Amino acid sequence: MYKTLNLPAHIDTGKLIELYKQMWLIRYFDEKVDQFFAKGMIHGTTHLCVGQEASAAGSIAALQKEDKITSTHRGHGHCIAKGAETNRMMAELFGRETGYCKGKGGSMHIADLEKGNLGANGIVGGGIPLAVGAGLTSKMKQEGYVVLSFFGDGASNEGSFHESVNLASIWKLPVVFICENNQYGMSGPVKEMVNVDNIAERAPAYGIPGEVVDGNDVIEIINTVYDAVENARAGNGPSLIEVKTYRWKGHSKSDAKKYRTREEEMTWREKDAIKQFKDLLIKEQIFTEDTAEKLRTEAKQEIEDAVAFAENSPEPAIGTLLEDVYA
Amino acid sequence: MREITYLEAVREAMSQEMRKNENVFILGEDIGVYGGAFGVTRGMIEEFGAERVRNTPISESAIAGAAVGSALTGMRPILELQFSDFITIAMDQLVNQAAKLRYMYGGKGTVPMVLRTPAGSGTGAAAQHSQSLEAWMTHIPGLKVLQPSTAYDAKGLLKAAIDDDNPVIFYEHKLLYKTKGDVPEEEYSIPIGKADIKRQGNDVTIIATSLMVKKALEAAAELEKEGIDVEVVDPRTLVPLDEETIIESVKKTGRVVIVHEAVKRGGFGGEIASVISESEAFDYLDSPIKRLGGLPIPIPYNPNLEKATVPQVDNIIDSIKEAVRFK
Repeated sequence: MYKTLNLPAHIDTGKLIELYKQMWLIRYFDEKVDQFFAKGMIHGTTHLCVGQEASAAGSIAALQKEDKITSTHRGHGHCIAKGAETNRMMAELFGRETGYCKGKGGSMHIADLEKGNLGANGIVGGGIPLAVGAGLTSKMKQEGYVVLSFFGDGASNEGSFHESVNLASIWKLPVVFICENNQYGMSGPVKEMVNVDNIAERAPAYGIPGEVVDGNDVIEIINTVYDAVENARAGNGPSLIEVKTYRWKGHSKSDAKKYRTREEEMTWREKDAIKQFKDLLIKEQIFTEDTAEKLRTEAKQEIEDAVAFAENSPEPAIGTLLEDVYA
Repeated sequence: MREITYLEAVREAMSQEMRKNENVFILGEDIGVYGGAFGVTRGMIEEFGAERVRNTPISESAIAGAAVGSALTGMRPILELQFSDFITIAMDQLVNQAAKLRYMYGGKGTVPMVLRTPAGSGTGAAAQHSQSLEAWMTHIPGLKVLQPSTAYDAKGLLKAAIDDDNPVIFYEHKLLYKTKGDVPEEEYSIPIGKADIKRQGNDVTIIATSLMVKKALEAAAELEKEGIDVEVVDPRTLVPLDEETIIESVKKTGRVVIVHEAVKRGGFGGEIASVISESEAFDYLDSPIKRLGGLPIPIPYNPNLEKATVPQVDNIIDSIKEAVRFK
């Protein structure tokens, strides 16, 4: 049985099944957004996390409800995994009044404060100091929650990353830094932008633990993040976890992906995290092929429903333009 | 009434707020045992402890972000930036995060933080420690910008800033720190967005900010001997700006001189001049609106050169006379 996986106590079979569906929700959400971009139905820009589902789902599965996250400009997966409603997310991408930000934020600024999602962020590395601040609140008010801060390999070269990890380390704040190394900062290959094999190797420089995990192995992600989160919750300070992953799509909608090869893309696609997870759950007799298929279809339908909700939602009134600049 | 310095007034406002509300805390470089670069927080660590008078590493981006993140999650941080010039290093967190989170999240979340920072020249610290960058901050929707010119205003406005649910930039002037004034011991608050007429007069309105209020009052005292009756208006808060008080004063006197220390080009004086010209006060003008500001050069080191860079009492006197002579 799945106990052989040595998962944290709160990850029961129900949770594993839910996670499987969640990964499909993330994939279908971003696939749908991709299609709508191509059709010109969603404007602006967006950054898709297809291929990175295990990182979002696995990391956040390691948390308790009261824990918080900060996210990136590639944040739809984190948002869904933290419990956001896909219909309100899709409505936000359509710029509608029913969206998470009343149509004023768009893809890069979805936040769900009630569920502990402190927001996606359009600035590379911009959310990392915010996570430190949220960790500071947790410590000062003794609220007990931990903050997961997602960022990419590109952000790991920003000053905000280094300053934040140092600050969280000296103050022993309950923050877990998750570097989603998807191999490229826009078109810049990580090999050319970072002169270490693993970004996690930077952790010892700040006196904190650093771990590298396989970004297509959801179980390994859950277990590693869980240990770091519980360590932080116990008052032992932050950790840095590097999730080795890959974005199947381009950086954003205008990306022709000239900087990488079809062969490279296929290598990663073959390691599809969702497929690997399905095979594992069947092997562990947690569900059958039929159930897996049913869950996939349900996820697909939920995204179709989200699109319908978004399309049928009203545009925000021009009269709301000046609202919410100040509290 | 008791007289205390501007610096003591700032400290008293913080201390009173911290005694009242445990969510209020200070963070910044050298604010602990050292007492801050200018001594504003001296003695505070003894009363409030190192958790609430939180000494930080030299990491403006991370500490500004920690202030934003902690504010977003329920604290009320006061960030001391050692010199206002260092705002440049914290810019992403102020401009892209603090100022915008609420709006781009569709009205969710508040960022009740105060960034206190000493600005201005006159200490011989040269170009990187003497700037007045307030106009820059006023350009950013979502921030409030305050410039108290007296000890009384410093205490009352700082208390209002700490109580405010928005990010507030609170500019202190280094040369005002030692100036004394009547300040009640009891708590009081000055509403943000309310200008103060520091001197009533009928012949000409001088609109001055920060240290220039003091210089304008000195100029007015000189001119009184020559029979020129000067009204001195101190906006105190640039955002939001009390346009009504400015317009009413100009309607009364018909002549106006605007003076600030910051570089005149692109300075806030241009905004005030426009407010006047766009209002009904335009019809009351008997002379062109005159602006006095710093020269468009970095602040030089040599004391004579430094003095010649920014408006002095004599320059203000000359400008007022010019305005009054205009037929």
